Amino acid sequence: MSPGTPHDASARAVGRADTSRRPARRRLTPARPVTRRRVTVLLLVAAAALFFALFFGYPVAAIVGRGLHTSAGWQLGAVADVLGRRDIRDVLWFTTWQALVSTALTLLLALPGAYVFARFAFPGKGVLRAVVTVPFVLPTVVVGSAFLAVLGRGGLLDELWGVRLDTTVWAILAAHVFFNYSVVVRTVGGLWAQLDTRQEDAARTLGASRWRAWRAVTLPALAPAVASAGLMVFLFTFTSFGIVQILGGPAYSTLEVEIYRQTAQLLDLSTAAVLTLVQLGAVVAVLALHAWVLRRGESTLRLVDPSRTARRPRGVAQWTLLSGVLGVVAVLLVLPLAVLVLRAFDTPDGFGLTYFRALGSADGGTFLVAPIAAVGNSLRYAAVATLIALVVGGLAAVALSRERRGQDGRPGGVSRLLRGFDALLMLPLGVSAVTVGFGFLIALDEPPLDLRASWILVPLAQALVGAPFVVRTMLPVLRAVDQRLRDAASVLGASPWRVWWEVDLPLVRRAVLVAAGFAFAVSLGEFGATVFLARPDSPTLPVAVARLLGRPGDLNYGQAMALSTVLMLVCVVSLLVLERLRPRDVGQGGRGPSGRARSSPAAVTKPRQAPALRPDGAVTAPTEGPLTKERSR
Amino acid sequence: MSTRRKTVAAIVAAGLAATGLAACGDDSAADAGPSSGKTVTLVSHDSFAASKSVLKKFEQKTGYRLKVLKSGDAGQAVNQAVLTKGRPQGDVFFGVDNTLLSRALDQGVFQPYEAKGLSAVPADLQLDGKRHRVTPIDTGDICVNYDKKYFEGKKLDPPKTLADLADPAYKNLLVTENTATSSPGLGFLLGSVAQYGERGWQTYWKKLRANGVKVVDSWEQAYNEEFSGSAGGHKAGGDRPLVVSYASSPPVEVLYADPRPEDAPTGVATGTCFRQTEFAGLLDGAPNPEGGKALLDFLLSDTFQRDMPLQMFVNPVVKGTALPDLFTRYGAEADGARTVAPQKIAEHREDWINAWTSLVVK
Repeated sequence: MSPGTPHDASARAVGRADTSRRPARRRLTPARPVTRRRVTVLLLVAAAALFFALFFGYPVAAIVGRGLHTSAGWQLGAVADVLGRRDIRDVLWFTTWQALVSTALTLLLALPGAYVFARFAFPGKGVLRAVVTVPFVLPTVVVGSAFLAVLGRGGLLDELWGVRLDTTVWAILAAHVFFNYSVVVRTVGGLWAQLDTRQEDAARTLGASRWRAWRAVTLPALAPAVASAGLMVFLFTFTSFGIVQILGGPAYSTLEVEIYRQTAQLLDLSTAAVLTLVQLGAVVAVLALHAWVLRRGESTLRLVDPSRTARRPRGVAQWTLLSGVLGVVAVLLVLPLAVLVLRAFDTPDGFGLTYFRALGSADGGTFLVAPIAAVGNSLRYAAVATLIALVVGGLAAVALSRERRGQDGRPGGVSRLLRGFDALLMLPLGVSAVTVGFGFLIALDEPPLDLRASWILVPLAQALVGAPFVVRTMLPVLRAVDQRLRDAASVLGASPWRVWWEVDLPLVRRAVLVAAGFAFAVSLGEFGATVFLARPDSPTLPVAVARLLGRPGDLNYGQAMALSTVLMLVCVVSLLVLERLRPRDVGQGGRGPSGRARSSPAAVTKPRQAPALRPDGAVTAPTEGPLTKERSR
Repeated sequence: MSTRRKTVAAIVAAGLAATGLAACGDDSAADAGPSSGKTVTLVSHDSFAASKSVLKKFEQKTGYRLKVLKSGDAGQAVNQAVLTKGRPQGDVFFGVDNTLLSRALDQGVFQPYEAKGLSAVPADLQLDGKRHRVTPIDTGDICVNYDKKYFEGKKLDPPKTLADLADPAYKNLLVTENTATSSPGLGFLLGSVAQYGERGWQTYWKKLRANGVKVVDSWEQAYNEEFSGSAGGHKAGGDRPLVVSYASSPPVEVLYADPRPEDAPTGVATGTCFRQTEFAGLLDGAPNPEGGKALLDFLLSDTFQRDMPLQMFVNPVVKGTALPDLFTRYGAEADGARTVAPQKIAEHREDWINAWTSLVVK
């Protein structure tokens, strides 16, 4: 950290507030701002809570209630009945163990990846980082067929060793690793890249072995991030849907698949309601554990600019590790995607653009417009969803960042409430899309909220999945803002709004853009909720792919592959843009408050060292928030 | 303007632009609720398709604006209609077939209307008798398809009947769909029930299982991944030359091939078929019942009936409707297609599916 930064920063903020020419005398008693702050926080929480209550809590409660409440009153006996069923217990058991194994495998394969991305500098790293994130935002319909091409008959394994893994649990596990690799790389790698290597070096100088130095210095610092990533992967694999359905075949069923089957196919709402409650319970438990881990992880770590910790690999061991990781990425992540692209170009008369050209014509029958128009639809829905997610997630993050501890160091009443709210915001990640979708239909059908046939349902559902990501990205950054900057500004007479505008916003600007970028990419690939909601005839990209796959014929199949390629391309481009916007500093905006930027334009482009905003030079460890994920996977 | 202000301005502008774009792309942005006044809303499943010009004709003829809401597969779309009964998403629902008809009728999803042109529809397709809560619109046959090249190469006759499929000559050749998650899968099961009776079907499926039948969850997977005869399956290296699909699949393989082949690459085992009839009905509580009635009339009109085969790959129900060349040339006539009464399906569906699951999948 550069010397004197905290002082400079406060001085600048004070200076800027001063130029507002507001008289400072109004705000001399400390009690009033505190009360005011509490009211503001509560108002912000209320606004975000209202959104979640209306568009998540209420619909889910409505559909669960419909299942458990009949004319004869509440059917709570159904809970015991359903849970007593042998087939349901089998489903619960399979759901749990496959999630545990998937998580373990993902960590095993992705942690070396996290290390390589964090500590090694090599050409093409940025592009590769975007590539490993692509699976995360791809719809399962696309991935399923890509994966079958590798693991199924005639696939690579089959040709080399005569091994076929389709309709086995191995295919499910492999695909889960494929999807969640980037969760670990981004969450753990993001932090790893910012750990100061000098501490480990110091330990080694003092005689510790490489392994010991790592175990004593780096591992404790990383552990919370690893646990956080692991829990997120567990959450995603526990609620896995499409992958299990496509790759596992009918013999395997997870809780989420069973909820879908009971709701959408059998209309057995009471069984579905019980299962939804079970899943909700499990997800709440995982999220509570996750929140606890995150809180413990908020230790004060000395973080540095990631570009300084990465260097070219040296020696045989490091090169072997790098090539090993690249090999895993190539086989596990790139190969399935490549097969997909290959099929898009593989026309009956050799390689060509036939299928891509066909995307532009409207005579396909499946669509009233050309399939390529789905790109426009997707971009529009994703833009609206991102906007909603930013507003709601942003409000929540601002409110949550104001959590204060009492004299005894324990959180006060308001803070405890906020913490519960923090976990609550993550719930949409763990609730089945069909539950939310059907809930929308039966809950939002009366004025003033009569949205039964409205286009806004799609971005609303997508925003529910995007908002938790916005919160997770912005919160660590907002928490790292020195409260004294805000206090200084308000003492000098700035209104709360102005404090936010002058102090918080410049610091979180980049985090906002990153959050927006990812929420956008996730919305683009969102399939589950979108497909469950009635909508005007304007399919999104994933829905268009699914429709094309739903009809026979060479041209339809080829177009589906071509459109999947387009979707992948759109995802990669938005992720690359996002990559460029990534905060290079520790959570902060990459440069100091705007006063400095104006006087020194170089600061805009040149990544500066972490401007530690606490006087002790420590900031809250920002584990890059858990990535959100396409529902119904 | 500082960079920060620019960023904020850019975000706000992007937001406004997005909302604006969404509004332009979607005329419905103005009315958030279901159709009202001069708009008719058709609610259907994802497979609904019609030529743009045909839908335009309806608008010109009646003066109503037509809005189409599509969502999910047939089963899910019907269940949505059941869930929203009384406060429906639109005026007309299209796409409830005989396997789900009783559920929709028992739940009171539809209100009666006798559509114009019903007299030209064969009586055996009018499953709601004189009450006219639903109108038959199309029929389709779920049949086993075969890969012509495979059987020519093996000098083996393709199977013709359900009994043939249990013959050891066809061991490990058939792929079908999960009856619990796929409507062709369920249709195929119902066909076997119709053929072998309520007791005999289980024996038949035991034989099929012993003969190496493979089950996957969806039609997409069976047809595009496992079946060796389809374009997708061929590319994916599918190795099952027999698949449960539709009688109209071969013409579609021809239509969507470029260049179009002389002959369809696949054929139909005409003695394995189960007949599905799809119905439409006026939704109870429809905001625009008059428009809905006009739409039902239109669905039975020659314009729409003639358009269906190449859009949804189903057969028109109105007698004497001209079929496209493609259908008459490559399509197959089902050999005594089986069917089961909707009431009976409603009573036993779940038991049959459960029995089938423990018999074949587990």
